[in-house]
Amino acid sequence: MGLRLSSPAEPPVDAARDAMVAEVRAVLGAAVLDSLVKPGDDAWIRVSTGAWRQTLQSLRTVLGFHYFCFLSAIDWMPSPFGRGEDDPTQPAPERDATIRPGYCGGDTRMQVFARVVNPVTHAAITVKADVPDDTMTVDSVADVYEGANWHEREAHEMFGISFAGHPDLRNMYLPSDFEGHPLRKDFPLLARMVKPWPGIVDVEPLPGGGEGDES
Amino acid sequence: MTALDDAVLGDRQRLSYIASQAADARLNVELETEGMTLNIGPQHPATHGTLRIIARLDGEQVVWAEPSCGYMHRGYEKLTEVRTYPQVTTLVNRIDWLGSFANEVPFILAAEKLMGVEAPPRAQWIRTILFELSRVANVSLFLGDLGVQLGAITPVFLAFRDREYVLNLIESATGGRFHPNFDRIGGLKDDLPAGWIAETKQVMRKMRNFCDEIESLLFGNEIFQSRTRGIGVIPRDVAMQYGLSGANLRASGVDWDLRRDQDSPMAWNKVSWKVHTHPDGDSFARCWVRLQETREATLIVDQLLDGIPSGPVMAKVPKIIKVPEGEAWVSTENPLGEMGYYVVSRGDIGPFRVKIRSASFNNISIVPWALRGVYVPDIITILASLYFILGDIDR
Repeated sequence: MGLRLSSPAEPPVDAARDAMVAEVRAVLGAAVLDSLVKPGDDAWIRVSTGAWRQTLQSLRTVLGFHYFCFLSAIDWMPSPFGRGEDDPTQPAPERDATIRPGYCGGDTRMQVFARVVNPVTHAAITVKADVPDDTMTVDSVADVYEGANWHEREAHEMFGISFAGHPDLRNMYLPSDFEGHPLRKDFPLLARMVKPWPGIVDVEPLPGGGEGDES
Repeated sequence: MTALDDAVLGDRQRLSYIASQAADARLNVELETEGMTLNIGPQHPATHGTLRIIARLDGEQVVWAEPSCGYMHRGYEKLTEVRTYPQVTTLVNRIDWLGSFANEVPFILAAEKLMGVEAPPRAQWIRTILFELSRVANVSLFLGDLGVQLGAITPVFLAFRDREYVLNLIESATGGRFHPNFDRIGGLKDDLPAGWIAETKQVMRKMRNFCDEIESLLFGNEIFQSRTRGIGVIPRDVAMQYGLSGANLRASGVDWDLRRDQDSPMAWNKVSWKVHTHPDGDSFARCWVRLQETREATLIVDQLLDGIPSGPVMAKVPKIIKVPEGEAWVSTENPLGEMGYYVVSRGDIGPFRVKIRSASFNNISIVPWALRGVYVPDIITILASLYFILGDIDR
């Protein structure tokens, strides 16, 4: 066992997922900005912000992705607080603040992503879309997948993203007068701000002693 | 809902749906009574913790209902961003606290996927066994609690008595009754203790007896049937739109189980077992599917115990775990339904972002839809049959 090395003899190909993404591209056309298939793993597409709602609509009604798994958002900005291990009595260290997007790229700090599944073929796809930095608004898909209603409410309070056309964007978890959006990277984790973090002291020795130290 | 597609909906589902629509119409036209707001919870036995349901009533019928969450929001998605990968299992243990081990597995699998590590076969089998044991422990409590919520006191005593045997097994293998924290990237913390396999087989027999007992005591009971049959019907199409998963989805006639229908480095596909579905989509169907799944889980454990491969329980992994840059999604069929983690890594010792997709959040998001037009006692039946754990909603 151990690290699984990919053998160079067989180039990884995932015909089923490739075909699925080709079909999605054929239906959605120019709305798909980028796609990625990791063989034997998963498939991603990124669509333009304006096509977000239309994409999920087509996935559900045309391509049979009836099952709604989840919808959420990612803040791609690196946290200005690092891992929350700074000494609060010292000046904060300089950190790289470059925004690097993940799979399928992206041009904005925030992205929404959703995962839908075809319950017949068990094909699944993760759809991403950029959230414009100035308006922080994307179209709601709560009328496409009714289950998206709560997921959008959660993304709204946690990331401050607005969903145009959502029936009721009340807070789910936080008090209605709560200020800030906790899952944004620039929202500090206050417990780590008020008391110095002792650091990582609990690295557990693995069975078999010192072997396997490859770092 | 407008899509009443004959091909999608079964006859019984469609009739029940029409009946509930008719109830809605009656509400608006006939009953010109003054509305009233009923507050259920946050502390109510049917809420498994602190879920609050606000229901607006017209006479005895619910016009509008909305769960109010957040009494137990602990911000795990934020906390994972300041934890190392091995530390995250401690957090996720506490999401669905009745089936804790099952929460660890998809996260560990996601991290292993990004690292390109696979656990040794023995670890995979033991993982699967413990996973199914947590299902038995979790769902057996549901079966007992179900009785209490519908007015039958006896089943819960049976459930607590027999669940203890399973918790003892989990404790003797992992050291923790509720929060094992036993899964590691690359395998398991430890091997099984001596004598555990024989003991587990005995307990699985006991749990099958428990299932038989509950089946005759509760499911064969006329009052139970009249309280649950035809109550809270969720058609297949609606269930999928809301992302219902697990027994709730299978009770609406969708034959889909992640244990069978996706490749994962676990041992489910090494043994033979059956996915139970029910065509009705009502509260009875949801409870019935869970009962069958508990029995099936004991059979899975029995078969796995016979064939545990020998070998190590831990792959070789670096001492300080850094997960390469990438994104991974792994979900498994947990006791409550599909539980998944979308892990984004930046090559650091901790995750950049973790989206936790918990089953109860989606399962409970259908409550406003499902409670429209029902009578007040049926609120409890529907909540009980949807089965949620508060920590699994709020995370």
